Amino acid sequence: MNKNHRVPSNRSLSAVEVKSKFGAEFRRFSLDRSKPGRFDEFYGLLQHVHRIPNVELLVGYADVHGDLLPINNDDNYHKAITTASPLLRLFLQRKEEADYTTFGTDSLTRKKNTVLSAVLLRPDTNRKKTPVIISLPRDFRPVSSIIDVDILPETHRRVRLYKHGQEKPLGFYIRDGSSVRVTPQGLEKVPGIFISRMVPGGLAESTGLLAVNDEVLEVNGIEVAGKSLDQVTDMMIANSHNLIITVKPANQRNNVVRGGGGGGGGASGSSGRSSDSGASYYGYSSQGGVAAAVSMPSHIIQNFPVGELESDEEDEDLVIEAGGEAEPIRRAPSNYSMPTLPRYEPHLNLRSATTSTSALSINANGTLPASGSSGSLGNANAASTTPSPDRATERRSLEEDGTVITL
Amino acid sequence: MMKFRFRRQGTDPQREKIKQELFAFNKTVEHGFPHQPSALAFDPKLQLMAIGTKSGAIKVYGAPGVEFTGLHKDTTAVTQIHFLPGQGRLLSLLDDNTIYLWELVAGAPREVVTLLHFLHPLLLLSATRVTVLLLLRSCDLLCIGTEGGGVYFLELPRLTLKDSQTLLQDQITQSLPDDYRCGKSLGPVESLQEHPQQPGKILIGYSRGLVVLWDLSTRQVEQLFLGKQQLESLVWERSGNLFVSSHNDGGYSVWTVTNGNTCNQQPVSSTIPYGPFPCKAINKILWRTTQTGSPVLLYSGGMPRASYGDRHCLTIQQDKEHVTLDFTSRVIDFFTVHSIEQEKEFDEPSALVVLLEEELVVIDLQNPGWPSLPTPYLAPLHSSAITCSFHISSVPPKLWERLVNAGKAQQGRQHAHGSWPICGGKNLAPPPKQQELLLTGHEDGTVRFWDASGVALTPLYKLGTANVFHTDCDPCDDPQDPSNDPDMQQEEEWPPFRKVGCFDPYSDDPRLGIQKISLCKYSNKLVVAGTAGQVIVLGLSDERSDHMVDVSVVDLLQDREGFTWKGHDRLEPRLKPAPFPPGFQPLVLVQCLPPASVTAVALHAEWNLISFGTSHGFGLFDYHRRNAVLARCTLHPNDSLAMEGPLSRVKSLKKSLRQSFRRIRKSRVSGKKRTITTPTSKVQEANAALAEQEDVAPVQRRIEPRSADDSLSGVVRCLCFADTFLRDGTHHGPTLWAGTNSGSVYAYALEVPGVGSGRACERGGAGESSVCVEAVLGKEIQLMHRAPVVSICVLDGRGKPLPDPYEASQDLAIAPDMTNAHSVLIASEEQLKVFSLPKVSAKTKFKLTAHEGCRVRKVALVAFSSTAQEDYSEHTLVCLTNLGDMHLFNIPALRPQVRYDCIRKEDISGIASCVFTKNGQGFYLISPSEYERFSLSAKVITEPLCSVQLDRPLEPTPLVKPEK
Repeated sequence: MNKNHRVPSNRSLSAVEVKSKFGAEFRRFSLDRSKPGRFDEFYGLLQHVHRIPNVELLVGYADVHGDLLPINNDDNYHKAITTASPLLRLFLQRKEEADYTTFGTDSLTRKKNTVLSAVLLRPDTNRKKTPVIISLPRDFRPVSSIIDVDILPETHRRVRLYKHGQEKPLGFYIRDGSSVRVTPQGLEKVPGIFISRMVPGGLAESTGLLAVNDEVLEVNGIEVAGKSLDQVTDMMIANSHNLIITVKPANQRNNVVRGGGGGGGGASGSSGRSSDSGASYYGYSSQGGVAAAVSMPSHIIQNFPVGELESDEEDEDLVIEAGGEAEPIRRAPSNYSMPTLPRYEPHLNLRSATTSTSALSINANGTLPASGSSGSLGNANAASTTPSPDRATERRSLEEDGTVITL
Repeated sequence: MMKFRFRRQGTDPQREKIKQELFAFNKTVEHGFPHQPSALAFDPKLQLMAIGTKSGAIKVYGAPGVEFTGLHKDTTAVTQIHFLPGQGRLLSLLDDNTIYLWELVAGAPREVVTLLHFLHPLLLLSATRVTVLLLLRSCDLLCIGTEGGGVYFLELPRLTLKDSQTLLQDQITQSLPDDYRCGKSLGPVESLQEHPQQPGKILIGYSRGLVVLWDLSTRQVEQLFLGKQQLESLVWERSGNLFVSSHNDGGYSVWTVTNGNTCNQQPVSSTIPYGPFPCKAINKILWRTTQTGSPVLLYSGGMPRASYGDRHCLTIQQDKEHVTLDFTSRVIDFFTVHSIEQEKEFDEPSALVVLLEEELVVIDLQNPGWPSLPTPYLAPLHSSAITCSFHISSVPPKLWERLVNAGKAQQGRQHAHGSWPICGGKNLAPPPKQQELLLTGHEDGTVRFWDASGVALTPLYKLGTANVFHTDCDPCDDPQDPSNDPDMQQEEEWPPFRKVGCFDPYSDDPRLGIQKISLCKYSNKLVVAGTAGQVIVLGLSDERSDHMVDVSVVDLLQDREGFTWKGHDRLEPRLKPAPFPPGFQPLVLVQCLPPASVTAVALHAEWNLISFGTSHGFGLFDYHRRNAVLARCTLHPNDSLAMEGPLSRVKSLKKSLRQSFRRIRKSRVSGKKRTITTPTSKVQEANAALAEQEDVAPVQRRIEPRSADDSLSGVVRCLCFADTFLRDGTHHGPTLWAGTNSGSVYAYALEVPGVGSGRACERGGAGESSVCVEAVLGKEIQLMHRAPVVSICVLDGRGKPLPDPYEASQDLAIAPDMTNAHSVLIASEEQLKVFSLPKVSAKTKFKLTAHEGCRVRKVALVAFSSTAQEDYSEHTLVCLTNLGDMHLFNIPALRPQVRYDCIRKEDISGIASCVFTKNGQGFYLISPSEYERFSLSAKVITEPLCSVQLDRPLEPTPLVKPEK
């Protein structure tokens, strides 16, 4: 019955036939190719059709080359739908049991059978041979970025540090000091806040975007002029989950050259130092992750789930809410009016090469559980907007004898 | 239109107007005793007393409620104050050799005298230092004695120097006999006293001992008194026939002034009262005549140097009656209140007023035995150090009356009922609309109840908690303060000491210190919690009672293994019945284990529940059934500091180790020279150079998010009871909320028999008394930013805070809205957040720290009434930050309303001591002994409103330029 109208109607009605496998069970259903919907809806649908509502899943599909590729955000979901011809084959795994090694990007060297059999049979021998363990794209996330290059003076640098829930300390100290400004009356000494020390191995040092004696001008959009060291300390700590500091670097040699619209070659030109340290620190799985990181295409940042970023934005906002009577901060609209757009465009658009290289610092550690990236992130707000698959894992770590709500 | 208004509230003129009608910041009055007083003066005509302080403040007091304050521009100690009697003016001499003239001026309503108006300063020649001032009775001439021995004369009120009048020492030395002169200087002028009967004649006393009677009109030495002892002070007898001088050796001499005798070699009599062994100087002496018999002699000091040289004493002597008042702090100055009418023959002193460093003592000289009088103001709040405070607005009259009676019973045998001698001015303030109570907890385990309804903060009642415990001191004599007890006078002893005053900074046991207080004004239940984990529930009783106090121990560590408490021991409860005087009497003692200091306490008298928290956890106790309902440990497994107690050495060792490592590391870092090869600009170069310079010893701050491992993360910061929706949106019931130092909030659903609609009723049939209160954990919230939770408050369906216990059930307040969804307001040090209930999802928030760089220290929900509309009021969240400023937010929207600078940010103890009233006022300590009262409300203001009848018009005198 199905067969009768399946083949012709597929093409004409632009429906995608889906065959989904979870364990030993198969489910078949169809999707509208032109209106695939969002990934989270799709994810819910999968849980529904397999009758596994509370199981955390890892969704993969076989692409045209037979490679097993993950589906974990809207982008690669849409990609999977549009490229499926005629059948979209899905392979679902329990997140706890997920075998990340099965996903592959270098499809040309592999045979379909190997990949697929890896999923189906999970041979231990195959695992041992895998030379590079790279975690899922969704586990990549930016740790730092230079933002607003286009609107800031060349002498200033706005750096965003993503603390998330990771163990690595932010790792820097600030101090009082005085800076010299040029005024019509000549040089004038004004009090300022400076970075005084970097903790070796800390996030701040590893990004290479901040250095000792850089003058701190703004913290998350709020000028520090006139504020005491303690106030600035408190502001930074309060924003520590998503800290955006505007500095005037003490070393002005590495300033971003304006106008060079990015591109691959820009990386070495604009900020050699930062790309160096970023890559070397974050490729700490010494099994060759560096190479993978460097060659990683820039779309990874787009793959970075917006929802997760948003959950941070939600809680660790740069601005007070709309209607708050504090002075409005430029470029900072209410987070209610723009709930889905990330705050800083350059971050997504990758305007400068510096952004891309620094943001490419990846957490290339395959042993890291998928929930690790947001384990203590505490994104209940994310949960309210999109049901986060990490929630249960996160909860488990805190759960005692009652409802735990993590905010 | 409406939409527009809502969207842009900040600039809405209508809203701005409402704000002005609601909010206004004023520091209104200072309660308590001025810190570090340094000068005292009395205006016998106006009956006003002035006190000057080391910080340059002058405070004038009259009848209770009559108060004026003036502050010199510089914070220089006021060394002397002199009233221009009857004029409402006074002169102040400062430590920096400047003289200021002040006057009282009219305030907004003309008859009201509001403040001391600073008239003008006179800067004296720096060559010589002013030692004494004398203002002639005619008030037109000021005599200035100096260190160089010269006497200068200034015309008043313009303070112009009369050059021709100046009297230098040479002029005096000429008339001295040769054998007295012996080539030495006469020393600084120590005393200047005007002849009581003959205006224009002054007595000048020089340090070396010489006393001269000088006639101002003829500019002649009238008489010489060749004293041999170093002079301290002089005083005339009323008739002017004799004067008394006091000396450095602890003696005093009486000299007669007989006409015609120009040179007196010897005094009539010379006495060293506490001789024969060496004595300390008599700093000041007064001689007051009485109609009934011999004069009253009052002098300070003169104690035998070896045995009592360290005592602060003042002696009152009349005939054979001799009392040595023994104070706990230094005598600054004293005066007597006596008859000043010229025609009267005798002084007839009625009272002695002694200003001590820490308190004011007034002795009734009219009643036999010279009892001390209770002071209606200037109460020494710090008689034992203040450790916490609690305020109760609109106290029910019944409770007030019982407290007053309990207080009277306490004071009854200590004080005479003489009238207050300083009664100048008229208090125009309307009687307070409601009675307000301020409770202060002290280091010695006492709780003092103060009448805070008006301008004068007066003691009502004092509660001691030491007698619940078995302390080192003898349990038989402890409940009463022995200091004021006349029985304690040791009659046999010489000198005849009598302890006077209540300043007693020494605590028997620091563990007795009170940390938290909560009082239910409707049920008269009081909870007092202290340093050693003791939580005492007290009830009010009008009868004396001897009973045992029930003791219950709650282990807050529960089953946590591996923790050992290294701090102080718990206080041993008394094992036999103890006598408790009328007033608050202890019912139950709940002892937390480990006995760490109690950090939070909550009382719900309607449910008979108390909750208490320490650095280890929190507990819930049913004081009616005397059983512990719940104990919850909040310790983080990594938290080792929580076990060390307050007096641990481990902490400091750890800290010092860390610091020394830091030092080593720093020196290594600075050893490396950074080289800048291509500086982009001059500015860069200069900046870098500056940075190098400052590298020496920079104050650094580490930027790191708070983590769960931070020490003392388990400290329970706040507790709150509420009748709200925790489990579902349809059934409300009793809940308990607790917030910790690491941003955790625990919410328990309680089942209180007979309360709420829950299962309790179904079980009710089994017999109420056997049913126990139960607590079930409902929600656990971890704030993402992990900042300490400062306050938790549940808001009703209309967004208003829930009323206090009994208020709803007894129709004392508007019943809370239980039909719409409730919400909970959680204030952490960094953020204010409102969550909906029962789902606990964030509704609104304000990130104060992220935006302003300040941290929340104290939070209160306050009802502000409008000045314009009688019935309009708004509930507002008042937030005091670590920078000492007040931020006001509306609730539940959490929109900032106004911000006021209130306390200096350096004044950490001031910020920590701040307590708010429910109607927009507040108190904070400006010194260990003084509360500043402030008002955030435009309507509710408690400030002095008084008038003084003056000889002169009240218009301010035009400012005169100082002349040198």
